[in-house]
Amino acid sequence: MRQRLLVFLNSLAVFAAFLLFWQLIIWLGHMPAYMLPSPWRVAQVVSKRFSPLAESFEITAFAATVGLIGSILAGVGIALLFAQSRWTRRLLYPYTLLLQTVPIVAITPLILMWVGAGTGAVTLITFIICLAPIIANTTQGLIAVDENFIHLFLMHNATRSQILFKLRLPNAVPSLFVGIRISAGIAVIGAITGELFAGSNSVGRGGLGYSIIYASQQLQTDYLFALIVAAAALGFSFYFIVAFLEWYFLHKWHESARKPEVE
Amino acid sequence: MSAQTRLVQDFAVPQIEFAGVSKKYQRLIIDNLNFAVAKGEFLSIIGPSGCGKSTVLKLISGLATATSGSILVDGMTPENARETISFIFQDPTLLPWRTVRANAVLGLELERMPKEKREIRVDSLLELVGLSHVSRAYPRELSGGMKMRLSIARALVTGPRLLLMDEPFAALDEMTRDRMNEELLRLRDELKWTVAFVTHSVSEAVFLSTRILVLAPSPGRIHADLPVNLPNPRTAELRATLEFEQTVTAVSRILRGARSA
Repeated sequence: MRQRLLVFLNSLAVFAAFLLFWQLIIWLGHMPAYMLPSPWRVAQVVSKRFSPLAESFEITAFAATVGLIGSILAGVGIALLFAQSRWTRRLLYPYTLLLQTVPIVAITPLILMWVGAGTGAVTLITFIICLAPIIANTTQGLIAVDENFIHLFLMHNATRSQILFKLRLPNAVPSLFVGIRISAGIAVIGAITGELFAGSNSVGRGGLGYSIIYASQQLQTDYLFALIVAAAALGFSFYFIVAFLEWYFLHKWHESARKPEVE
Repeated sequence: MSAQTRLVQDFAVPQIEFAGVSKKYQRLIIDNLNFAVAKGEFLSIIGPSGCGKSTVLKLISGLATATSGSILVDGMTPENARETISFIFQDPTLLPWRTVRANAVLGLELERMPKEKREIRVDSLLELVGLSHVSRAYPRELSGGMKMRLSIARALVTGPRLLLMDEPFAALDEMTRDRMNEELLRLRDELKWTVAFVTHSVSEAVFLSTRILVLAPSPGRIHADLPVNLPNPRTAELRATLEFEQTVTAVSRILRGARSA
């Protein structure tokens, strides 16, 4: 308990030092507010323009969440298909590789053309870049089952579906979470990147990525900073939610399950 | 045919019968194996590494098929006899995401036994192997000995008539291993299965078995087929007797002979 308090006070001190450093740069470098606004000014704009900020946050959070959940569902489905035989893997794996290697920015214009700008396009972009890590990790977990376990199931005349659902699938949960952790990180990045290009279908209103572009064009640097803080907060929330879910599902039996806190 | 003659005939069918069995993977692993195991026997299979001990168990269980020759288990092919066989591996092979109880029940669940029925069976079995107090724990919380006991409980839950054990206690310390040996015999007195037991330890084989099969390596073949005529029931005190010591010495000598054969 005392140690926790100490850690808390320390991080508070580090944060204060960071703000001080920021302020010092402004004072010593004579930076104008449109180049680098002060921490105080950023805090002010956060409270003054809280409602559009929250709206942007929500739009991005929605696209990132739906894209991520969609990629988990589709990714697990595809991994189940891959786990069926070496043949399906050989046949289909190159396409996952393609998914991973084609820069998302390169196919964004196509997506814009097909589904139009807005949340739909952003969600689709997020879905696409989240998919590969889920497929790769889940497939790995489904395949990497100790031979003795297979023998054990065969000795009880287990059916193919029993082996899949009672052995392979639970065995894959830890590696599925490895995939989700990776994808949760890039989901937020993906949604914001998507919004830079395809963010909105109405001028002045959209997710964080769209608003970042808009604010920078208007030279509203203080609001731009507020948006960056919001984007960071969104990334953090994703990280902690996933870490918590992982802990919740795995801590009872799996060694690698981490506690949802920063050590 | 009257019920009685049927019973006698049934008893006359060997639990395991190998006739001219060979197994080839890249090279010949087992060459022309002939032996039969009667119902109720406790057969240990020992031999230097490379003699195909584990392969023999895989053949009996049908997890591997013979390249030539015939194998009968209780008069049936290994695949058809599977319902009556349980396999205990060297590794406890417990599903880490299942509790002790859920691990023990696995066999019945796969065989689709109704829930109420299997719950009763599992309760009495966990009691029998002394794991009732940890039935809600997960495998990683158990000691090595407890894990093996759970593995045995899981094997027994389907009511097998033949147990195949592939060095089940090899990873345990000597004291735990001795205790597990005694428990295994106690369970066998109660449940009367036939056992085929692979081990590296001569003293373990002597303590447990009614018969020891010594295999010679490359390719695996029978070097000696030894009855073990020690008094029953066998308890921890047996290990301290001269008779036990002498038997272990004699079997060890034969095993050394198998190495150079």
